[in-house]
Amino acid sequence: MEEQKAQAYWQENIRTIMQLLVVWFIVSYGCGVLFVDLLDTIAFGGFKLGFWFAQQGSIYVFLILIFVYAKRMNAIDEKYDVHE
Amino acid sequence: MELQSLIYLFVGASFALYIGIAIWSKAGSTSEFYVAGGGVHPVANGMATAADWMSAASFISLAGIVSLLGRDSGAYLMGWTGGYVLLAMLLAPYLRKFGKFTVPDFVGDRYYSDVARTVAVVCVIFVSFTYVAGQMRGVGIVFSRFLQVDINTGVVIGMGIVFVYAVLGGMKGITYTQVAQYCVLIVAYTIPAIFLSLQVTGDFLPQLGFGGTIEFAFDNGVREIPAGTYVLHALDQSFKDLGFSIVYTEGRAGVWDTFLLTVALMCGTAGLPHVIVRFFTVPTVRDARVSAGWALLFIAILYTVCPAVGAFARLNLIKNTQNIEYAAWTQQCSADQAAALAAAHDNPAVDAARADCAGQWFQTWENSGLLAWMDKNGDGKIQIANGAAFKGKPSFDGDNRGASGERLLKNEPVPAPAGQAIENEVYFDRDIIVLANPEIASLPNWVIALVAAGGLAAALSTAAGLLLVISSSISHDLLGRVIYKDAETDKSKLTDAQELMAARVAAAVAIGVAGYLGINPPAFVAQVVAFAFGLAAASFFPVIINGIFDKRMNKEGAIAGMAVGLAFTFIYIVLNVFVDKSGTYKMFSIEATGVGTIGMVLHFVIAYVVSRATAAPPQDIQDMVENIRIPRGSAPSTHAH
Repeated sequence: MEEQKAQAYWQENIRTIMQLLVVWFIVSYGCGVLFVDLLDTIAFGGFKLGFWFAQQGSIYVFLILIFVYAKRMNAIDEKYDVHE
Repeated sequence: MELQSLIYLFVGASFALYIGIAIWSKAGSTSEFYVAGGGVHPVANGMATAADWMSAASFISLAGIVSLLGRDSGAYLMGWTGGYVLLAMLLAPYLRKFGKFTVPDFVGDRYYSDVARTVAVVCVIFVSFTYVAGQMRGVGIVFSRFLQVDINTGVVIGMGIVFVYAVLGGMKGITYTQVAQYCVLIVAYTIPAIFLSLQVTGDFLPQLGFGGTIEFAFDNGVREIPAGTYVLHALDQSFKDLGFSIVYTEGRAGVWDTFLLTVALMCGTAGLPHVIVRFFTVPTVRDARVSAGWALLFIAILYTVCPAVGAFARLNLIKNTQNIEYAAWTQQCSADQAAALAAAHDNPAVDAARADCAGQWFQTWENSGLLAWMDKNGDGKIQIANGAAFKGKPSFDGDNRGASGERLLKNEPVPAPAGQAIENEVYFDRDIIVLANPEIASLPNWVIALVAAGGLAAALSTAAGLLLVISSSISHDLLGRVIYKDAETDKSKLTDAQELMAARVAAAVAIGVAGYLGINPPAFVAQVVAFAFGLAAASFFPVIINGIFDKRMNKEGAIAGMAVGLAFTFIYIVLNVFVDKSGTYKMFSIEATGVGTIGMVLHFVIAYVVSRATAAPPQDIQDMVENIRIPRGSAPSTHAH
C-alpha cells in the first residue's frame, strides 16, 4: 500500500513537470527560436513578437513556471502526506 | 565630488562591507564551510545564487553581446535563464533531499563508485577553473580602468578580498557576502539603465522603454531620425542606412545553431556545480523548489534590463559619436565648460553628450586599448558604419598622436564594402558597452562610480562561489571520500577539524591559481566558457537526471555515459577551437558552442543502452533513489556529517 502511494505520488510529480516543461519548450524553443521569423511578422508595440519572446517574454514565463511548480508540488506533497 | 574620489569611495565602502560580513559569519565546521549549515533562508539563497550566477561576463559582457548580436543574442538570454526551470523541477529538490555537500558526493554515492566520484571531481575542477579565469580578467579590467592601477595589482587586490571571506567564511561567509554583492550589482546595473531609459524614451522601466519611442530627433549620418520613432525601428533604420545587411531585430545565425546553443546553455546552467551546490544550503525540499524561483527572479531583473541596455547603447553610440569633431569633443575642459557639463549631467532634460569636451571618456578608453579611432578620410570627425575599421585588434603606435589628438594606429585599414556611403572608423570592444555606457550617455559621476563597484561585486561573488566548489571537491570528495577513506567503515579518516583545515588550504591554493590565470590569462577565455557549459551539459546534467529519474541506471551506464559525453564534447571543441584556428572546422555543421547538446544526447543514449545490458544497481541504491523522490525526512545538512 505504502509503495503504491509512493508510486502514485511520483507519477503525479512527473505529470506536473511534463505539463510545465511543455509550456517551457513552446515559449523558448517554439516562440524564441523555431518560429521566431513567423512571429516577427506580428508587431507588438515597438517590438516584433518573436524578438520580444527571445529577449523578454520567455524569461517572464520561466519565472511564472517555477513558482507555479513550487505551489503545485506543495499541494501534491500534502495530498499524499509526504510533506516535511 | 570628483569622479576618481567617488570611485574610491564606492569601491572601498563595498569592500569594507564584504569583509565585515565575512568576519561576522566565520565558518566553524565543515558543514558550515560547505553548505552554510543548511540553514539559509530561500530568499537569501535566491539572492546568493543570483550573485553567484551573474558573473563578470553577465555584468560586463552580456549587454555587449546583445548589442552586437541583436536578435541572435536571445540564445544567451534564454539559455542562461531557462536552465533554472530545469534546475527547479529536475534537480534541486531531489539533490536537497539527498542532503550531502557536493555534486561528486551525489555521483559517487548514487553510482556506488569511486571511479565515478573521481571523474566528477576532475570535471568540477576543470569546469570551475575555466570559469574563474574569466572572473579574474573581469576584476583586472574594472580595476585597470576605474582605479587607474595596473591590471596585475588589481587582480592581486581582488584575490586578497576573496581570500579573506572565502577562506575564513566558507559557504556561510560567501552566502551572506553574496547577498550584499547582489544588492550592489543589481543597483549598479539598473540605475544607469533607468537613467538611460528616461533619457532615450522617457519611460522609467527599461523593459518598457525598450519597446517605446525616442524622445529626441538625431542624425544617424545618412538621415534624420525623427523624435517619436520606436527605439527598435530607429536602430533598424540606422543599421540599414549604415550598410548593415542584417538589421538589429533580425537573426543571422541559423535556426539549428541557435537551437543547439540554447539547449547547451540551458542544460549547462542546470549542470554547473557552483549553481547546484547552492541548493544544498536551504533547510527543506520545499525551500529548494521555491528558492530556484527566487534565484531566477533576481537574475531576471538583470536579464530583462540587459537587452534594453544593449539597444540603448547601440543607439546612443550612433547618436552621440556619428560625425562628431574629435578634437573639440575630447579636448580638456576649461573651468567654465566643466561647470556647464556638470550642470547638464544633473539635469536630465539637457543632452550634453555631444558638447565640446564631453567626449574625454573616449580618450580614456583609447588608453585602455578597448576603443580606437582611425581617421581614414582625414576629416577630423568620427564615423561609425558597417564593417571593420582596420584589421585585427588595435596596435597603437606608441604614444604618437594624430592631427586631431587621437592615438595613432599601426593597423592596416580596411576599406568600406563596395557601395557603402560611410566608411567605419571606430573599433569598439564589446566589453565596454556596460562600463562605458554611463559615460557615452553622459550620466552623473556617482553612477559611473556605482558601475565600477557593481562590476567588482559581480566578478568577486562568482569567483568566490567557484573557489568554494573547487576547494570542497578537493578536501571533501578527493581527500575525505577517496584518498583518506577508511575501507571498513566507508567513512573519512579525517576529523572534521582536519577536513576543515584541508578545505581552507585548498581554497587558498585555488585562489593562487585563479590569480595566476587572471594575471596570465589564457588567450582563449571566450572559447573556454563554451567549454565549461558544453562539458557541464554533457556530463553533470545527464548523470544527475539519470540518477534521479531512472532507478535502473547503474554504475556501468553512468560511467560509460560520462566518458562518452565528455570525450566527444572535449575532442570536438579542441579540434574546433585549438587545432583548427580558423574556427571553421565543423562536423555535421555544428558550431563548437552548441556541441554540448550533442554530447548530452550521446550520454543519455549510451548510458541507457549500457545500463540495460548490465546488472541492475544494488537494492540499497534503489531504495535510496525511492527515498530522494519523496520530500519527507530531509534532515538539515547540519546533522549529516
